Amino acid sequence: MKTLRRVVIVVVLLGIALGAWLFLRNSGTPPVSREASKIDAASLKDPVLIAKGQYLTTVGDCAACHTAQGGARFAGGRVVGTPFGDIPAPNLTPDRETGLGDWSFEAFWQALHAGIGRKGELLYPAFSYTSYTKVSHDDALAIFAYLQSLAPVHQTSKPLGLEFPYNVRNSLKAWRALYFKEGEYQADPAKSAAWNRGAYLVQGLGHCNECHIARDSLGGMRGDQALSGGQIPVQNWYAPDLSTQANGGLEGWAGQDIVDLLKTGQSAKGTAFGPMAEVVAQSTQHMTDDDLQAIATYLQSLPARPQVAFEKSPLDTTSMVNQGAKIYGERCADCHGKDGNGVAGVYPPLNGNSSVNEPTGINAIRVVLLGGFPPVTKGNPRPYSMPPFAQQLSDSDVAAAVTYIRQAWGNKAALVQERDVIKYRQTPVD
Amino acid sequence: MRHDVAKPQLSRFHAGVTQGRAYNRGMDTIAKLCQARRVFSAVLLFALITAGSAARAQETGAPKVPNTLQQRIASCTGCHGVHGEGTPESGFFPRLAGKPAGYLARQLKDFQDGLRKYGPMEYTVRHLSPEYMHEIADYFAAQEVPYARSPLPRVSPEALKRGEELATKGDPSREVPACIACHGTELTGVQPNVPGLVGLPYDYLSSQLGSWRTKTRATVAPDCMAEIANRLSASDISAVSAWLAGRELPSDMHAQPAGTITPPLHCGVLGATGDGA
Repeated sequence: MKTLRRVVIVVVLLGIALGAWLFLRNSGTPPVSREASKIDAASLKDPVLIAKGQYLTTVGDCAACHTAQGGARFAGGRVVGTPFGDIPAPNLTPDRETGLGDWSFEAFWQALHAGIGRKGELLYPAFSYTSYTKVSHDDALAIFAYLQSLAPVHQTSKPLGLEFPYNVRNSLKAWRALYFKEGEYQADPAKSAAWNRGAYLVQGLGHCNECHIARDSLGGMRGDQALSGGQIPVQNWYAPDLSTQANGGLEGWAGQDIVDLLKTGQSAKGTAFGPMAEVVAQSTQHMTDDDLQAIATYLQSLPARPQVAFEKSPLDTTSMVNQGAKIYGERCADCHGKDGNGVAGVYPPLNGNSSVNEPTGINAIRVVLLGGFPPVTKGNPRPYSMPPFAQQLSDSDVAAAVTYIRQAWGNKAALVQERDVIKYRQTPVD
Repeated sequence: MRHDVAKPQLSRFHAGVTQGRAYNRGMDTIAKLCQARRVFSAVLLFALITAGSAARAQETGAPKVPNTLQQRIASCTGCHGVHGEGTPESGFFPRLAGKPAGYLARQLKDFQDGLRKYGPMEYTVRHLSPEYMHEIADYFAAQEVPYARSPLPRVSPEALKRGEELATKGDPSREVPACIACHGTELTGVQPNVPGLVGLPYDYLSSQLGSWRTKTRATVAPDCMAEIANRLSASDISAVSAWLAGRELPSDMHAQPAGTITPPLHCGVLGATGDGA
């Protein structure tokens, strides 16, 4: 009996091990080599296809991650910080050794669409294939043709900065089962062509959701929370709700305001700064008016989510708010106006501004500390800027001013405290 | 810093009303004298329209914003001063006024590319275009601001002598060229790319030499100042910084004309001709 029991235990253990192996082994098979590709190499040299690809690569803002600060464009090297470790973006230029020079289109498609690398390895979702999976096959081909047309740059990718267990790529199998749904964008026939184009760009190549959503402890995104705003991990900026929600969403924004912000960096409702300034400067300002209108059409159709009731703090904030009002009058009102409505085309309104009202207060704290320029765009080549107050205001003064701004006029957002200011005093550079 | 921003609308409105009344009274007298009713009516109409639009402007409360570069670059002047005077008493925010435009534009680009490391500057210039950076550089280069003296550290006469020797003769044994070889005979810089070294605080000078050694300040290769800074000893850095910071200022602090130096090293920042011209 004893022997039988042992055999049963061994068999059960083996069964579990086999199951785990079946589950965790690479799901991807290596794609075909460049030589065996079904795509004719000459067809990739079509200038029309390359031009289309260049536009789409700009829409996808691929250069933002795949270019190091001061480095060659698309040659990789920028490190994407995640709560699990640093993930450097690889070289996309057609260098045979260090870039995509040896890749077939099939391999590129598998990476973009399915998040699987050339050797069949599962890719980390810092590469936003969770969004890019919606990109159409034709668009992906154009992007590949454009990337292959670039001058090759020999630049080896930096090693991954991940520790156990995150450095075990097969652990992504479980992550993918929870959070990744593969599939191209499916048009909604009940909606207009512009709406569908907007949805395709926002959900797919534009990968807006990668920032504008709250992520859980595993870095996953819940589909039902798409575009509802969230704190960007590690970078620690808040990407606001893109629905028409009041207090932190795009309530009151006209379609033209969305187009203006994406095209010039400024709108009557707010100005792009922080990571969004980079998106505007490098990507959206170069988009066609039709595509920008399409994005606006789609975003304006997003229903406002049920509003979270504004809870007044149990603390007595009177003296704090009075102090904030005094600082506002001395330091801020000259540009943003006593009424918080800013100056059209110059200084953004703070009253009703989604970045002022977002739930965390991070954006307002950081903008007060850092000041800075809106993005330089063709539509706004010499933007007006804001002075940094980091050297002039104490943590409690910043907290008071930000709390005042978040509760003045029509704004209804929670107070921020000194400890929140201390947390975000360092300057985010990359 | 608040001096460079627009006055609130309210005071402008009051000023407008006062001026309007005085103007009205004056014109009233003229109208009586001339008996020209049409002129009077026209003036009255003008005054009403002006007052009306002023009242509307007050309702919106929008501040009036000067359309000047100075107003646009509050992000720069907040720390460096409206005219780029810096903070000579502490040396923390460097003076920008009167530095050669090519040099200033290069620094902005180096911050943008992460060659020169300082978070707040890297963040601020991140998305500026080359054109805008040159315009900003030109603005500060054109500012004429008197030079203020900064506090000097206590250094021995020997150290000052060593500093003077390095600045004016260099140290051939360490292959250190004299500062004057590149930075001008009066050390006031050379157009358009070489900054002056006199009139700067000790803390600023010594920390720049230090940052070339710690690679938090770099520029396009060949980065000859990095090479020179690494050939200096720590005591040399103190000595030359102290001598430069304490040096009597020449009557003309402007950078000397382009093409008037022959640099002993090939420097990336000086371009193909080597003299920056």
